Amino acid sequence: MSASNLDQIFILIKNWLVAFLPQFWQPIAGAILGAVAIIAVYPTLFALAVLMERKGLGRMQNRYGPNRVGPFGILQPVADGIKALIKEDVVPFRADAAVHFLAPILLVVVVFMSLAVLPMGRNLVLVDMDSGLLFFFAMGAAVELSVFMAGWSSRNKYSLLGAMRAVAQMISYEVVLLLSSVAVVMISGSLSLVKIVEAQNHYIGILPNWYVFTPWGLAGFVMFVIASTAETNRSPFDLPEGESEIVAGYFTEYSGFKFALFFLGEYVEMFGVAGLGTTLFLGGWTAPLSVLAVVPSWIWFFAKVELWICFFIWMRGTLPRLRQDQLMSFAWKFALPFTLLNLMVTALWRFMGEGWERWVVCSAILIGAYVLMGRVGMHKGQIGPRRYRYAE
Amino acid sequence: MLGEGIMKGLMETAKNFAGSYVSKERLTTVQYPEERVVPAEAARVFPFLVYDGSDWQAGLRCVACQICEKECPPKCIYIDKSADKKPDAVGKVQFYPARFDIDISVCMSCQICVEVCPFEAIKMDTQFELATDDRFGGLLLDREQLAKSNEYYHHIHAAEAGEVDARLAAERAAYEAKAKAAAEAAAAKAAAAKDAPPAPKPPTGAPPSPPAPASDGGVD
Repeated sequence: MSASNLDQIFILIKNWLVAFLPQFWQPIAGAILGAVAIIAVYPTLFALAVLMERKGLGRMQNRYGPNRVGPFGILQPVADGIKALIKEDVVPFRADAAVHFLAPILLVVVVFMSLAVLPMGRNLVLVDMDSGLLFFFAMGAAVELSVFMAGWSSRNKYSLLGAMRAVAQMISYEVVLLLSSVAVVMISGSLSLVKIVEAQNHYIGILPNWYVFTPWGLAGFVMFVIASTAETNRSPFDLPEGESEIVAGYFTEYSGFKFALFFLGEYVEMFGVAGLGTTLFLGGWTAPLSVLAVVPSWIWFFAKVELWICFFIWMRGTLPRLRQDQLMSFAWKFALPFTLLNLMVTALWRFMGEGWERWVVCSAILIGAYVLMGRVGMHKGQIGPRRYRYAE
Repeated sequence: MLGEGIMKGLMETAKNFAGSYVSKERLTTVQYPEERVVPAEAARVFPFLVYDGSDWQAGLRCVACQICEKECPPKCIYIDKSADKKPDAVGKVQFYPARFDIDISVCMSCQICVEVCPFEAIKMDTQFELATDDRFGGLLLDREQLAKSNEYYHHIHAAEAGEVDARLAAERAAYEAKAKAAAEAAAAKAAAAKDAPPAPKPPTGAPPSPPAPASDGGVD
């Protein structure tokens, strides 16, 4: 089998399977097959990520992590899944049963829908939408709805507090997330994720031409990582589910399979956001060196997503949870102005033309702004290390 | 600069992550069912009854005095005195417990029973794997389950068991010397009585003696 066949293996399998059907049914069958593939692949990745997270976090804290089920504990996700399935599904007596039931389903549905527009390899995209980025963010916004449905319908103060925190946080950081992606749209000139990857798919010598290797791209990337961490409620932005304060936040009152759905939804959202970040800044499915392009494109995509997840886990193992006011100050007083500035720098980059001058000017503006804003913010105590009056 | 601390923290966790695969000293976890920590000398879980020799029924040091039953704060000890008597650890003929139950679901491991026992009969065990699927019968340990040999006691609390053995040996020697003296006195009296028949009958058997010095109560 040649390298290009291996690269296109999923498309070839799909075409081969679909060819058994009459002409009329072929597009529908193709779409269903694609959706089934996504629904099969991402929960598998979810299981892998949970295992990786538990083992990795363990190692960061000098523990072994799960190592009992199967060799080296690799069957732990199976045990977790069985446990979640056979648990009793408790619905609070005063809960709004219908909304309580719908919330986890909505979450899982929207996060899987957002995956439809991600190009996971060359030609490997379920829907090549012209406005894929917009669709992705629309689906991301629906996650907030699901979270608030869960929190409100549970009739539990912790759930409600968690949902309020989640909505406040997600809306604040969605602005940053969107604005940092807009920079990419400004340069690539397209909202289609497939076209954005294509725009990054050329090499200077053997080095890739990813957006992260430009000053505005790096700044946008950093902001995107921070905002996506907050958007997926990962540590250090895990206030909506801060165990020590509000039990489990908006899904306190969920048990058994519904809890597992929330868990799954959260992780698939994480994959989605990581996939989007990869697509926007890390060249999507393109190889990191031109000589490595023989490796199938989908391997590169999933490798980058997994690396991103590893970084999320690493951050979770390192950083303590923020306080609500610190979270908000960081979003509105640092991240938002910085991304707005980044938009201007991107425009400057676009109109300064080729040459070394734009590298110097854009880098200088961004580094200067970062240092200055960081200094001022830290001096005022709005961002940066925590200071407690009682600990001084 | 902003973000410096985060970098420092990330390096620290990365060091931990990589180090845990390289150096075994970092991983302090004991893989419990396979690996075990040797219990400390002073470790205590629930009480058990010590017996000497090989037969637990014959060698049980407990004389069913019921002091521990009365002293037990949560009242988890149940003792029935026997009808007959048998020689105890020192050699005196005493009662023995026909029933001696400890409800370990009630016991709070306070060790008061051990401290009040004048006969060194009840000691603290280090056995902690006592889970059972019968929470009533399974957690009410009877005489037979509680009886453990003196060798076992030496095994779990070596220093303490040595002291106890020395003390018991001293008591036994004192008791035997006393019994011998009493027997001699009785023999002398009997000899004297032979000379003067109308004298009152001398007491036969062992003269009453205090069970043990009060200072022997505490064993630790």
